[in-house]
Amino acid sequence: MSEFALSDQPQHRLEQNVHKPLTKVEVLTEAHRCLYCYDAPCAAACPTHIDVPSFIRKITTDNVTGSARVIMDANPLGASCARVCPTEDLCEGACVLGKDAAPIRISDLQRYSTDWVRERNIDLFSPGPATGKRVAVVGGGPAGLAAARELARFGHAVTIYEAKEQLGGLNTYGIVPFRLPRAVALWEAEQVVKLGVAVQTNVLVGRDVSIGDLVDNFDALVLAFGMGNVPPLQIPGEDLQGVWDALDFISQVKSGQSVGDIGDRVVVIGAGNTAIDAATCSKRLNAENVAIYYRRTAREMTAYPFEYDFAKQEGVEFRWLCAPVRILGEGNRVRAVEFVKTRLELSDNSERPIPVSMPGTEFTVEVDTVIRSTGQSRLTSLLDALHIIHDGGSVRVDQQMRTNQPGVFAAGDCAFRRGVGDAMVVEAAEQGKIAAAAVHQHLLAADESEKWRGESHG
Amino acid sequence: MADLSVNVGGIKSPNPFWLASAPPTNSGYQVMRAFEAGWGGAVWKTLGDPIVNVSSRFGGFHFEGARMLGFNNIELITDRPLEDNLREIREVKRAFPDRAVIASLMVDNVKEVWQEIVKRVQDVGVDGFELNFGCPHGMSERGMGSAVGQSPEFLRQATEWVVEVAEVPVIVKLTPNITDIRYTARAAAQGGAHAVSMINTINSLIGVDLNTWTPIPNVDGRGAHGGYCGPAVKPIALNMVADCARDPLVGIPISGIGGVSTWQDAVEYMLLGASGVQVCTAVMHHGFRIVEDMIDGLNQYLDARGLSSAMDLVGKSVGRVGNWGDLNLEYKVAARIDQDKCIRCNKCYIACEDAAHQCIDRAPDGSGQMALVVDEEECVGCNLCSIVCPVENCIEMARVDSGGPAFSWRERQAL
Ligand SMILES: Cc1cc2nc3c(=O)[nH]c(=O)nc-3n(C[C@H](O)[C@H](O)[C@H](O)COP(=O)(O)OP(=O)(O)OC[C@H]3O[C@@H](n4cnc5c(N)ncnc54)[C@H](O)[C@@H]3O)c2cc1C
Ligand SMILES: Cc1cc2nc3c(=O)[nH]c(=O)nc-3n(C[C@H](O)[C@H](O)[C@H](O)COP(=O)(O)O)c2cc1C
Ligand code: SF4
Repeated sequence: MSEFALSDQPQHRLEQNVHKPLTKVEVLTEAHRCLYCYDAPCAAACPTHIDVPSFIRKITTDNVTGSARVIMDANPLGASCARVCPTEDLCEGACVLGKDAAPIRISDLQRYSTDWVRERNIDLFSPGPATGKRVAVVGGGPAGLAAARELARFGHAVTIYEAKEQLGGLNTYGIVPFRLPRAVALWEAEQVVKLGVAVQTNVLVGRDVSIGDLVDNFDALVLAFGMGNVPPLQIPGEDLQGVWDALDFISQVKSGQSVGDIGDRVVVIGAGNTAIDAATCSKRLNAENVAIYYRRTAREMTAYPFEYDFAKQEGVEFRWLCAPVRILGEGNRVRAVEFVKTRLELSDNSERPIPVSMPGTEFTVEVDTVIRSTGQSRLTSLLDALHIIHDGGSVRVDQQMRTNQPGVFAAGDCAFRRGVGDAMVVEAAEQGKIAAAAVHQHLLAADESEKWRGESHG
Repeated sequence: MADLSVNVGGIKSPNPFWLASAPPTNSGYQVMRAFEAGWGGAVWKTLGDPIVNVSSRFGGFHFEGARMLGFNNIELITDRPLEDNLREIREVKRAFPDRAVIASLMVDNVKEVWQEIVKRVQDVGVDGFELNFGCPHGMSERGMGSAVGQSPEFLRQATEWVVEVAEVPVIVKLTPNITDIRYTARAAAQGGAHAVSMINTINSLIGVDLNTWTPIPNVDGRGAHGGYCGPAVKPIALNMVADCARDPLVGIPISGIGGVSTWQDAVEYMLLGASGVQVCTAVMHHGFRIVEDMIDGLNQYLDARGLSSAMDLVGKSVGRVGNWGDLNLEYKVAARIDQDKCIRCNKCYIACEDAAHQCIDRAPDGSGQMALVVDEEECVGCNLCSIVCPVENCIEMARVDSGGPAFSWRERQAL
C-alpha cells in the first residue's frame, strides 16, 4: 500500500498527512531550479519576508541548518507555515518562474529545512543579554509565541499566560492534524520556551489571574488571545447532544480525545477554513456523508481555494444557498436540521451580498451530527477592563501594533479586521514580531526618560 | 563559532573569501558594497597604464540547463584612471580597516616602471600586491600578463624588482596556460614573493554562432581568444594548487582561484593547500550576497567537525595527493547497486556496456522488470556507473579486496 492510500483506521487517517514530504531528489532538483533572484518577489510576498532565495541556496550548499535559521529568523512559525500557508496567494504565487513554468515549491522546501533541524533537535537561537524588563504575553498562539521569541532575543524577561494546557493556540488545537501535526506546533513553542520564556499554562487571564495584576507587575503587555469559540446560530435546538462547536470538535480530535460516535451523516454549517477542517476531520473519522451547508455560494466563502479542493477530494459535499432554521431532536439527541433556501441580494454597505431566506422553500435533512462553523466570536472582556478601543472585539492598533493604552500592544487574530490582511498563522507571526519590536522601542524610550528624570533630579 | 580569519603570506583577513581582481572590484563603490556584504578581502581590478576595452566582452558556457558553468572574457585591465582608483582604495581601506585590500598590478616589464607603480600604490595603504602575470589575452600581445607569466625567468626578475621596493607582502598570480605550473611558482618564490595565487583564466574560445558563423563574443563580426573561468575550471585549478602545495621548491602560501562558488569549494581548495580563496565568476553570476552562505556554511562545517580555526584546514589533504606510481595496486572496489533505490533508467548498464567493461547485466527481477546486476568478478571498479547514476547513493563502490598489504607499481618495478 502506498504511503498515500488511506487506511481504514480513523486514528491513522487523522494523522496521515495530506501532503507528503519531498524526496531528497525532489528537494535538490527543486532547489537548483530556483533562480536565486535578487530583490525576489517571493520574499516580498511573504508577510514575514523570509529571504526565500537565500534559504533555498543554502539547501544546495548542504547548509540546511543555516537554511532553517534564515526561515525561522524571519518567521518563528516557519515550520507550521510551511504546511498551512495559502502559498498560491503568497510566495509561490509571486515566483517569477510561474509565468512560464511551475513555480518553485517554496513551502515544501521550507518544510524540508525546518523538518531537518526539528528531527535533529538543533537549536537555532539564543536569548539576548538580560535587560531586566518584564513583559507579559496573553495567549500562547502564533502571535504570542512570535512576540515572546523576539522579546526574549531582545533580552527581556517574558511570561506567556495561556488558558489551554499546551502552547501553540490554533496550531496545536485548531488546524486539523493531517494538515499540521501537533508535534510541529509544539516544537515551535519549545523553541521559544528554550530561550528562557516563562510559561503559565492552564491560566485564563481575567479568571485565574487579573489583568490588573499583569499591568502592575510587568513593564509592557502584549495581547495575543486570538478569537473565541463559534458564536451561537441563535436557532432552536442548538443545545441538543450531537451538535458541536467546530473548534471544540477539532480540538478534541486533535488532542486525541474521543468525540463519541458521530454516525454516518454529518452536517457542517458555514464555509470557512474551520468548516472545511471540521468536515474533512469527520470524513477521516469514517462518516459516510459529510456535507457543508452555506447560505451564500462558493464565490463568497472564506475558505482558501486549496482547502476547498482538498475537501472535495476527501469526498465532502457542498450545498450552497441554504440557511439553517432549526435543529430537531429525538429526546435530547439531534435527529435532523431544517434549512431554508436563500437568494443573494447585493448591498451597498457590505462587500459581500446578503443572503435572504425564501419562505416556503424549507426542507429537512436527517443527521447524526451537526457541526456549527460560522466563524469565531470576539473576546472583549480584557479589552473593556483595560479601556482599550476596539471595534466589536477587534483591537484597534496602529502600524506598530500599539493600542490606545501606552505599554499595551496587540497582535494576531484579536487585532484582525476584515479587509486588512487575513486571519492566518503567517500574519499572526509577523504581527507578533512587529509588536515585539514596538515593545522594545517602548521600553528603551521608558529607560531614556527615566535616565533623564534621574539626571534632572540628581 | 570557529575563527574564520586567515593569513595569506602575511596578509590577514577576517575570513578566507576574497574577491578576485576582475569587474566586481572595479571601483570603490563595488568593493564597499562587497565588504558590507561580508567579503574578507578584495584584489582590486588590475592597475596599470591606460587601456581601451572592446564592447561585447563576455561569453557564457551553459550546459544542459545550467547557466554559466563556464565563463569567458576578452576584457583587459582597469580602464579607469589610476588617480581615481587610488583615491577609492584609500577610502575603502579607511572605511574597512579590518579587510584585506590588495592592489593587482600589471605594467611594461621594465624595472623602473614596476617600481614606480609599486611606490605610488603603496602610498594609499594597501595590504599587499598581486602581480598579474596571468591575463591570457590582449595584454599578452603587448608583452605583459601571461607573456611574462609563461617565462619563469621574466617572472622571477619582475618579482625581484617589486619585492625590492614593496613594504607589504607580494603575491604573484600565475597563469594556467603553461605545461607545468610548478616552474613559474618556484620562480616566484625565488624572486621573493610571499605567496602565489592561481589560477588566472585559461585560453578559450567559447563557441561559434551557428547562424552567423561569428565567434562568441562577437566584436563587430570578429572574435579573439579569451580567458576561461567559472565552475568548469575548478578541477584544473585544484590540481595546480595541489601540485604547488606539495612542491618543496615552491614552499610559499597559496591563494586559490578558479570556480569557487560555495563554502564547499573553498574547503576543498584549503584542504589542498590554499590559505584562502578568491572569487570572480560566482559574484558576476549572483552578486556579492553569496558570501553570506559561504561564511555561514564554513562556520557550520568547522563547528560540526570540532575545528576551531579555518586555518586548521590548510593542506590537510595535500599528503594524500601523490604520484600514480605510489597508488596501491592491490586495492579493489566494485559497484553495488541498491535495488530498492534503482529507478531502472539503465544509464549504468549502457555506460558499462559501451564504454567500460561489460559487467552490468539486465536480469528479470520477477516483477516483469529488468534489474541491473553487477558481476563483481568482472567489475574493475572504475566508478563510471556510479558517476552516471542519477540517484543519490544508489550505486556504492564497495571495497572487495582482501585488505592485505599495499603494493604499488613503483614497488613492483623495484622487484
Ligand atoms: C480550523 C482552523 C483552520 C485554520 N487553517 C488555517 C490555515 O490553513 N492557514 C492559516 O494561515 N491559518 C489558518 N487558520 C487561522 C490561524 O490558526 C489563526 O489565524 C492563528 O492561529 C492566529 O494566531 P493567534 O495567536 O492570534 O491566535 P490563536 O491561535 O487563537 O491563539 C490565541 C491563544 O490565546 C489563548 N487565550 C485566549 N484567551 C486567553 C486568556 N484570557 N488568557 C490566557 N490565554 C488566552 C488561547 O487559548 C490560544 O492559545 C485556521 C484557523 C482555524 C480555527
Ligand atoms: C571579466 C573578467 C575580467 C578579469 N580581469 C582580471 C584582471 O584584470 N586581473 C586579473 O588578475 N584577473 C582578472 N580576471 C581573472 C579572475 O581574477 C580570476 O582569476 C578568474 O576569473 C578565475 O576565477 P573564477 O573562476 O572565480 O572566475 C578576470 C576575469 C574575468 C571573468
Ligand atoms: S550587464 Fe548588461 S546593462 Fe550592464 S553593462 Fe553589461 S550589457 Fe550593459
